[in-house]
Amino acid sequence: MIRPDAPVLLDIRDLQAAVEDQPILKGVNLTIRAGEIHAVMGRNGSGKSTLSKVLAGHPAYTVTGGRVLYKGENLLEFDPEQRACIGLFLGFQYPVEIPGVSNLEFLRVATNARRAEQGFEELDTFAFEDLVRERLAVVQMDPAFLERSVNEGFSGGEKKRNEILQMALLEPLVAILDETDSGLDIDALRIVAGGVNQLASPDNATLLITHYQRLLDLITPDHVHVMAAGRILRSGGKELALELERTGYDWVDQELDRLAAGGQEAGRTPVEVG
Amino acid sequence: MVATPTAPTSTGRAGAGDAAWLATLAGAPLPSRRQEDWRFTDLKALTALEPQMITPADPLAAVDLPAGLERLSSSSAAPWLGQALAATASAEHWPVLLNSGASAAQACPLLALRVFGAAGSLDLHLDAGSTAGLATFRLLLVLEPGSSLELLLRPSSSGPNALSLVSEVILAPGAELKLGSLAFGTEESCLFQHTAVVQAAGSRLDHTAVAGGWGLARLEPRILQRDGQAFSRLRGLQVCRGAELADTHTWVRFDGPEGELDQLHKAVADDQARSVFNGAVRVPRAAQRTNAAQLSRSLLLSDRARIDTKPELEIVADDVKCAHGATVSRLQSEELFYLRSRGIASDQAAQLLQRAFCEEVLRDLPAAAASHGPLLTLLGRA
Repeated sequence: MIRPDAPVLLDIRDLQAAVEDQPILKGVNLTIRAGEIHAVMGRNGSGKSTLSKVLAGHPAYTVTGGRVLYKGENLLEFDPEQRACIGLFLGFQYPVEIPGVSNLEFLRVATNARRAEQGFEELDTFAFEDLVRERLAVVQMDPAFLERSVNEGFSGGEKKRNEILQMALLEPLVAILDETDSGLDIDALRIVAGGVNQLASPDNATLLITHYQRLLDLITPDHVHVMAAGRILRSGGKELALELERTGYDWVDQELDRLAAGGQEAGRTPVEVG
Repeated sequence: MVATPTAPTSTGRAGAGDAAWLATLAGAPLPSRRQEDWRFTDLKALTALEPQMITPADPLAAVDLPAGLERLSSSSAAPWLGQALAATASAEHWPVLLNSGASAAQACPLLALRVFGAAGSLDLHLDAGSTAGLATFRLLLVLEPGSSLELLLRPSSSGPNALSLVSEVILAPGAELKLGSLAFGTEESCLFQHTAVVQAAGSRLDHTAVAGGWGLARLEPRILQRDGQAFSRLRGLQVCRGAELADTHTWVRFDGPEGELDQLHKAVADDQARSVFNGAVRVPRAAQRTNAAQLSRSLLLSDRARIDTKPELEIVADDVKCAHGATVSRLQSEELFYLRSRGIASDQAAQLLQRAFCEEVLRDLPAAAASHGPLLTLLGRA
């Protein structure tokens, strides 16, 4: 839902980042307002997963330039846990297995950390169980998964459902979902997409990072961005995703060649299409 | 009258820092770091002891023995004593010699139990207390055919002393023993815990040893499967921080075919602490179709901490399965980031991961252990 007067939740300006001194992000610009669903598409290695990790504060990535404002505050100053507490959520492409840590306890500690930040009281074990059982319905998840260790032995689909369950509990303002569709069969994809749609509201925003159109058949984006070589090359509406599906990514190389010939600075401004 | 130089000094500070009285008690010089089994084990916490003996309270005095369990007198225990030590080739080990010598020099409680039925569970607190000196305990368990027992031992110290515990265990065919030990000390206390077990065919041993907080802890579980065809499950967890040293040397030998061993040893080392694990497994020719697995997993939490871990398999039989592995790692950064990305502060996330690491072993302790809050004691905060 696009409302030009909706408050800006996330404002990314000329963001540059490196991992082990290797520049990956080379000037990303993106503005996300409340109520919007954005999709960032691109080939492997285009930098789209790096963007999600930098926003979440992964310590392996160093921001080398630019800024990110979250509700007007400098997001990059916050630790990963603070970012989560104030309402930023990253759905992992590969959710981490943590043997020995109970999924239920993990979800409770995480939920209470977010609630404390929001000024709500901590939920005890019983109150939390009521809440989590209600939220399980969002992703049609079997309560038996609560008793297991975090993601341990979960199938790909179960891990992604567990991510969306966490999102349902933490109620983030900005949810970044990194390749949430990867490794899912069509039924699991429908359930996960259904969960994301249920959680989307006029007050929050979603950033989908994806390779394929198929997720966007189920979650309709308001804006689509194509990333290549560490920057956003084109932005458009949902039809841009369809165009990509039709034409593939070959034009990206031509565009990159043209930019390389025309000097670097030209690439910093997204080219509007549609 | 001149005091005999060989008698243990009972009072005074004259001998502190001097290990002569310990060597006299043991009838053998202290182990040296030139010996392979002791090369990583600094005994300074032991040599700093006040040269005096502590007479500990008898842990069985305050306990009502469950049915199926009988306390043996010294004379009825005598024929059994020494058997398991001899069978596990450890009668001459220095910690055993020290225990024997100290026991002979001073009345020390002999905890000898005969198990002749399904005896249920027993929780024994072996406390060296807060007095300076050396406290010794000796335990004998004789499990008759088909009998069973779940026993939790809680060696503890709250002062500048050493606790020496030698346990001998004899398992008859079909006997089942769940033997847990939860040992907590202080940075100025030492633990020498030697456990010798002889298993007959068809017997089952579940042994879980947890130690934390000792300035120096040396644990030596030794098991002989006399005729093979028995099951041994060994679990170990040692947590050391500050300048503590925890050292576990395990030894398992199969003297018959088709024996099974399932062993997991875990260690956590923080600050300048030092953790040592040596796991010997002996599979001679008679031990065909042995199935043994040993895994050592260590968590290194500081740059100055040190972990030495070594599997030591000696396999002569040719038709066996013997797996072993050792890992030393820090807290996994991806696991930490995942927890932090959900709003869990980094110290709490680290705590969760350490707890998970320890719980894998703690949950194998006898049920009675839970009431003593082992996690809280091991990790400080929960």
